[in-house]
Amino acid sequence: MASIHERLKNEPYSEYSFATRPTNATLFWRRCIIKQIYLFFALNLKIMRIVVGGHS
Amino acid sequence: MSKVVVLGAGISGHTAALYLKKGLGKNHEVVVVSPNSNYQWVPSNIWVGVGLMEPNQVKFKLEPVYRRKGIIYKQALAKEIRPEGDSSSENGYVVVEYVDEARRGQTEKVEYDFLVNATGPTLNFKATPGLGPDLYSNSVCTYDHAYHAWKNLKVSFEKMEAGIHQTFLIGTGHAMATCQGAAFEYALNIAFEVNKRGLHQFADIIWISNEYELGDFGMGGAYVNRGGYVTPTKVFTESILAEYGIRWIKRAGVYKVEPGKAFYELLDGTYHEQSFDFSMLIPGFAGAQMKAFNKKGEEITSTIFAANGMMKVDADYTAKPYEEWKSSDWPEIYQSPAYDNMYASGIAFAPPHGMSKPMESPNGTKIFPTPPRTGMPSGVIGKVVAQNVIHRIKTGRKDHPHKASMVRMGAACIVSAGYGFTKGQAATMTVSPIVPDWEKYPKYGRDINKTVGVIGLAGHWMKLFMHYMFLYKAKAKFGWSLIPE
Repeated sequence: MASIHERLKNEPYSEYSFATRPTNATLFWRRCIIKQIYLFFALNLKIMRIVVGGHS
Repeated sequence: MSKVVVLGAGISGHTAALYLKKGLGKNHEVVVVSPNSNYQWVPSNIWVGVGLMEPNQVKFKLEPVYRRKGIIYKQALAKEIRPEGDSSSENGYVVVEYVDEARRGQTEKVEYDFLVNATGPTLNFKATPGLGPDLYSNSVCTYDHAYHAWKNLKVSFEKMEAGIHQTFLIGTGHAMATCQGAAFEYALNIAFEVNKRGLHQFADIIWISNEYELGDFGMGGAYVNRGGYVTPTKVFTESILAEYGIRWIKRAGVYKVEPGKAFYELLDGTYHEQSFDFSMLIPGFAGAQMKAFNKKGEEITSTIFAANGMMKVDADYTAKPYEEWKSSDWPEIYQSPAYDNMYASGIAFAPPHGMSKPMESPNGTKIFPTPPRTGMPSGVIGKVVAQNVIHRIKTGRKDHPHKASMVRMGAACIVSAGYGFTKGQAATMTVSPIVPDWEKYPKYGRDINKTVGVIGLAGHWMKLFMHYMFLYKAKAKFGWSLIPE
């Protein structure tokens, strides 16, 4: 039995079929430990700056 | 000696109480009134709801923390506010009713010099007939709701393992519900767990939302600089739902739930129903429904509170169309305009209007999300209110040097999309400011350089890191105040 996902992604003109999907390369980088360690620190720093700068 | 009473011990009230005691020391009294004996880190309830954490991992007892810090704690529910006192008392006071075993049902007048109302939301399940964990849908709004949801979800997993198809309906359970982010996380986590168990062919997961477009999240959506394009969060959100095999129903106001069936009206005025085997639908939020009286005993509830029970503060509540909304409508110091020693923080303050554009069906049903104020903004507002109260007590002055407008404040939202140190994933979103300011940022409403939408393993680590870090901070352990909100 095909999943809903399999059936809908090829259904023409359904909103679901128009959704942007990640490529295999994107999926790889999302789990690449080295890139994710960098992002962990970069995003934490960004959030910290937003929090601290948002109130006085 | 001054006495500050804080109503509520959620993210905002607890933060305010800890900072008040730290700033005021032993010479002043800080009293917390909350019916809940536990503090809960609400963002992690999602993991309780999919069986990956136990309730004990997201909560702790408040009383030992308050005893250690010298804060007086009353496990009670605030029923009335008397800002002018009465014939026998010149000071304002709150009438509280105890809910702990020893004093259940007893009432007490708790006098104050300053009052911080941080009562959080009342989960308004009654606004949608059939909604809620006591009836026909689940909730992840509290740790016990989330644990109850996990027990029901486990039954659905067992049925799928036996080859029985299951439909999951996750989203908003009222036409004007907010907190889409929590429901969105739950939908993604269910999809992740279904796929992890290899059961996706037996599952139909449906996201139902009152948003006009997906990715609105009650803040009018956002624009994200991503992949060489500035794209709306609609693209970001639809993409992750499609990736996880979740289909969606948008512009939907759920108005009734029956066993295994939800009824909803779409913005085009048509009525529909959706059957389900498992549902988790977020209720509408209301204020704490306290009453207020003046010195003569006349009711002044409508002076202090908005119609939804949330407290009016230094915002511009003049009714105006969406096109005339301004950033200056939003409050900065969260002080009651009626009584200057009363403040509201977190979800307890009444926003001047929404952030999402109001939408109405041809039948007159308002279908759009109300503004979110959870998590980071709640904590920041709690801290700023505490700092201003400390300033007033210590200097005797009435000015407010600390400000935290949601028009200047940014926020980060980490949407868990699966648990696991190497397999987990989360969508990290930042926006600054929270409320779009189209005058200052005419192109995108916000600072595009501070707006981020990134999906990956790092987001999961951050959410897990924040779980431990914020519970450490809430327990007021060594160096707690160095951790930002």
